[in-house]
Order: sequence, then C-alpha cells, then structure tokens
Amino acid sequence: MNDMSDGYVTADGRQIGGVLMEMKNITLKFGGVTAIKDISFDVRAGEIRAIIGPNGAGKSSMLNVISGFYVPTEGEVWFKGVKRGPMRPYQVARLGIARTFQNIALFDGMSVLDNILTGRLTLMKKGLLSQAAWWWSGAAQEEYEHREKVEKIIDFLEIQNIRKTPVGRLPYGLKKRVELARALAAEPKILLLDEPMAGMNVEEKEDMSRFILDVNDEFGTTIVLIEHDMGVVMDLSDRVVVMDYGKKIGDGTPDEVRTNQDVIDAYLGVAHD
Amino acid sequence: MFYREAGDFKTSYGEDSQTFPIKFDRLRYFAVLAIAFGVVPLFINDYWANAVAVPFLIYAIAAIGLNILVGYAGQVSLGTGGFMAVGAYAVYKLMTAFPEVSIFIHVILAGGITAAVGVLFGLPSLRIKGFYLAVATLAAQFFLVWLFNKVPWFYNYSASGQINAPDRTIFGVFVTGAQTSAMAKYLFCLVMLTLVALVARNLTRGTVGRKWMAIRDMDIAAEIIGVNPLTTKLSAFAVSSFFIGIAGALFFAVYLGAAEVGEAFGIQKSFLILFMVIIGGLGSIFGSFAGAAFLVLLPVFLKNVLVGTLGWPTDLAAHIELMIVGGLIVVFLIAEPHGLAQLWRVAKEKLRLWPFPH
Ligand SMILES: Nc1ncnc2c1ncn2[C@@H]1O[C@H](COP(=O)(O)OP(=O)(O)OP(=O)(O)O)[C@@H](O)[C@H]1O
Ligand SMILES: [Mg+2]
Repeated sequence: MNDMSDGYVTADGRQIGGVLMEMKNITLKFGGVTAIKDISFDVRAGEIRAIIGPNGAGKSSMLNVISGFYVPTEGEVWFKGVKRGPMRPYQVARLGIARTFQNIALFDGMSVLDNILTGRLTLMKKGLLSQAAWWWSGAAQEEYEHREKVEKIIDFLEIQNIRKTPVGRLPYGLKKRVELARALAAEPKILLLDEPMAGMNVEEKEDMSRFILDVNDEFGTTIVLIEHDMGVVMDLSDRVVVMDYGKKIGDGTPDEVRTNQDVIDAYLGVAHD
Repeated sequence: MFYREAGDFKTSYGEDSQTFPIKFDRLRYFAVLAIAFGVVPLFINDYWANAVAVPFLIYAIAAIGLNILVGYAGQVSLGTGGFMAVGAYAVYKLMTAFPEVSIFIHVILAGGITAAVGVLFGLPSLRIKGFYLAVATLAAQFFLVWLFNKVPWFYNYSASGQINAPDRTIFGVFVTGAQTSAMAKYLFCLVMLTLVALVARNLTRGTVGRKWMAIRDMDIAAEIIGVNPLTTKLSAFAVSSFFIGIAGALFFAVYLGAAEVGEAFGIQKSFLILFMVIIGGLGSIFGSFAGAAFLVLLPVFLKNVLVGTLGWPTDLAAHIELMIVGGLIVVFLIAEPHGLAQLWRVAKEKLRLWPFPH
C-alpha cells in the first residue's frame, strides 16, 4: 500500500525518513474486552501520523501500549529497528517518547514554569547530592541552562504571561498548551498527542494546529496524533491509521483513507455484521 | 522602604529564581540570620532556651523533614516520633561507642541511619497510598518505640531503661551534658537548622523537588515524563528521615539530656510535628518554621497569659490549648491547606500592589 522504501518528500517539501517505530500485530485484551485486535502499522521519522476512529475504537489504548502503560497481550513494538522489551512508562520516556493525555494530566500544584521544567527531567543529570549543594556543585548552573531552553518553548507557544501561574488556575485551552509545552521540553523524538484539540473552539484549534505543524517543521519531531476533527486530520497528517472496534480498517494518505469504503461505512455507521 | 518589585528588574534566570525575589525580602532574611547568630545568643537565658528557642529550632528541623515527605512528595506519615527515636538512639549508641569522634559527626550519622530506616519503612509506599500508608507508618511508630523499649542493647543495658547523653564538646565548649550553657545549646541547634533549611531549600527548588511534587500531584503523568516512582518516593523518605533523625538526635542529646522512648518519642510527637506542618503550610519551608514557632509559642503564651496573668488553673489552660490547636487544624485543612505560609504570601501579594490593586 505505502511504497516509500526509504523515505519520501511530502507535497509541501518536508523530508520524511525511514521507519522509526513499528507496531507489529498488537493485540490488547482487558479480561473479555479486546481493545486492540492484531494491529500493525509503522511510523516514519519526521512524519505526522494520525490515528482516527469512532469512540471506543482503541486509539488511546494504542498510545498507552506505545508509552508503556499497557503491556500488549500479543505483538511487538519496534523502535529504531530494535524490538523493545517490556518497559515501564518512565523508561519509555527516556527513549525519547513524550506524550499528552486525552484528559489533561498536569501537576496542578506547580507553576507553569515548573511543569515545563519537569518535562526536561530526563535531560538533567545532577543527582540528589549535587542538588543539595546547589551553587558549589553546578546544579544551579544546570538549572539555568535548562531554564533558558524552557523559556524558548514558552515563547514558542506564546504563554509568557502565565509562566508563574499555578497550573490548576488556568482555563482548559491553556492547560492543553502547557501540557504540549511540557512534552516538548523533553525534546522528544516521538511526540504522542491524544486529542490535543478536544473541547477547543475554532480559534484555539487553529493555534494548536499551527503549533503542531511548527514543532514538526522546526524540530523535525515525529508526531503521532489522535484526533476526531476530520478537517484537522486531513490538513495536518501525512498518513492516517483508521481504527474501528479495535481493528485497523484503513491506512494511508488522507486522500486514500477518505475514499476507503470501510472507513466511510464506519463513519456513517453502517451496521456491522 | 517600599515593598516593591518595580525597579528591581531581573537580568538573569538566576536572579529570577532566587529564594527571595524581592530585595526587601532578601535584606530581611539576612537581618534575621544576623540577629539569630549575633544578637540572640548574647541575651539568651535558660528559661528562653529551654521553653522556646531550643525546642523551636529542633521542631523546625523535624517539621522541614516531615514537610518534604508530606507537603512536597505527598506521602502521608504518622511515624515521625518513631523516626526521631531512631535518631536519638543512633546518636546515643554512636556517642557511647566512639567517644573520641565529634558530636557534630555523630548527629549527621544519626541522620544517615534514620534515613536508611526511613527508606525501609517507606517501601510500602510503592504499593499503597493515603490512608493505608498512614496506617503503615503508624505501625512503624509503634514498632520502633516497642523495639527501643524491648531490646536492652539500644539503651546499653541501663537499669532504668533510659538513655543519658554523655558530656560532649565542640571547640572546647560543652554542647551536651549538664554543664551545657543555654547559649551553646541554642547555637548548636541553630547551626544545624540553618544547614538543614539550606539543603531543603536547594533540593526543593531543583529537579529533585519537582520530581517529588510531580509524584504528589499526579503520579501517572510523573511517570510518563520519566520520573521513576520507586526512587523518587524512596528519596523523599530518605531525605525526610535524615532531617527527622537529626532532630531526634538533637532533641535527646542537646535538649532533654535523658530520655525514655515512649515518653519522648511517642505518637503525640508524630501528631505534634504533623500539626506544625499543616498549620505552617504543606509544601513550604517557611511554613515549617512558622508552624514550629506557632505550636512552641502557643502553650508558652497561654500559660503566661491565662495562668500567669489571669490566674486560671493550669489544666484549664492546657485544655484551651488543645481546643485551639484542634480548631486550627480543622480550619486550615478545610480553608487553607497551605497554612500560615499561604496567608503570609497573600498578605505580601496585596502589599506588593498596594495601594492600587489594578
Ligand atoms: N483500563 C481498561 N480496562 C478495561 N477496559 C478498557 C481499559 N482501557 C480501555 N478499555 C476499553 O478499551 C476500548 C478502547 O478504549 P480507548 O480508550 O482506547 O478508545 P478510544 O479510541 O481512545 O476512544 P475515545 O475516542 O472515546 O477516546 C473501550 O471499549 C474501553 O472501554
Ligand atoms: Mg481516547
């Protein structure tokens, strides 16, 4: 279906590389419920890969498998050409995979700045004893260097004026943006976004779309995106996986997917037999 | 002098993340240090040292320790008294076994031993949270007190079952034992508190503190950005117990001089320190000071005013104290979980903009 052997150039001139991550025959069961049934797909370096499908299709479950929250009942996750063993989420984070959640998961008691700085955790090397000594051990120096990087992200996402605000006090749209900032702060190779625009108004959606495109363009970050708004998906993504009832029913460019009969049926609610 | 940010521009991130971002606060902080080290020692007498200053300094250390665990890392503990006992018995065993080594080293080592014990009792926190963890730490409290009572090795087989602090000096001045002056007790504890507060501040302002708070606020999100819940929770138990152990060592060796474990380090002590943290403010170093000061001064104040001035019976004053503390705990838990520290912050926030709030 996708014959792109070793990368390709998109219509808007972005270079897409080889396969960065590959899901092989993933099955995920919760007791009697099968959330994911034998799904395989790949993600190429530098692309924006969307996962779409009706409610309960298993999209979030797929991200949870990638980020190590769920261990697949069957199947393998390959990253950079190596099969990944069983991993805890914090180990996955250290591989360079960051994410946001469908229901925002920020640290409400901390300021915006601290939330984003926390995102750089995997990049900060000073241990407990160095931290205790602060000035004498270079921990302060490290902190300021990272603070500088975080300020760039704050500028990039246009949230300068809420830096010191406790996250719990922010409105929904801004929280989504801070969560994106925290994920970006990790300088991830792959960014997993679970419905980054859910519940936003048109203007906020446009902002968020712009940020996602800019992140991909400027930092070359590979993005896996779950989204319900078809307009957004068609605009943003290079390739789309379509899921329905835990199965993959389509995979290809937005145009290919749009004309796929199974996909049309799923979205129009044709009875399953 | 005006309390203002205006005209006080930050030109580096270092300046922006200072402990006291406003110049006036910084000055006041140095003034407090200067008075604490330079002025108070000149005037301190036995009454003020024993009734107010020394207990305040020691409780502040313990409160900082507990605040790191409860306020920063979000792990409940009712075992503070037991961990203070570990510090006390550790310092006692070290002092009697290695009399030639400095008491300062012994106090630090006692903290280290308590840290190890704290990590051990912190292990259940990897599986259980909240109420269940509180019960587990409560069990630690009772177990530790029982242990120090039951095993004579801990109190060097003394007939009374008590431990007594031998005389020890620093720079030739007695800091433990009967000959210790009020000033020496005060200064020794003040130095320890200053060190503890500095380390606590450094830990909480950087990566370690953010990891603790991340686990406290949302452990799932913390894990997804690379926080290892195991090492993070255990590091909170270790650091917290380290400070609490130091507090216990000082409480026994410098303040009490002789101790019986159930009496000095019973469950009441756990609650006392917890109340200091709640009233002072969860997740605030300054709050730990405020809470310790408040709960040390309250009984002294009530005793002087109610019993001394008004001539009320002592037990009535004690009951009133209990009622006030109980009431305040409820009020703070419901209305202001960030305690006195938050009230102080709000007051400063208002002052910063006064008289034109918009
Ligand atoms: N932890 C769990 N335990 C049991 N069942 C689960 C669990 N997580 C997900 N499921 C089930 O798996 C199926 C897929 O859920 P999932 O959240 O992945 O769907 P989704 O495609 O993200 O839907 P939505 O668009 O509503 O977010 C659902 O039937 C859900 O009930
Ligand atoms: Mg979902």
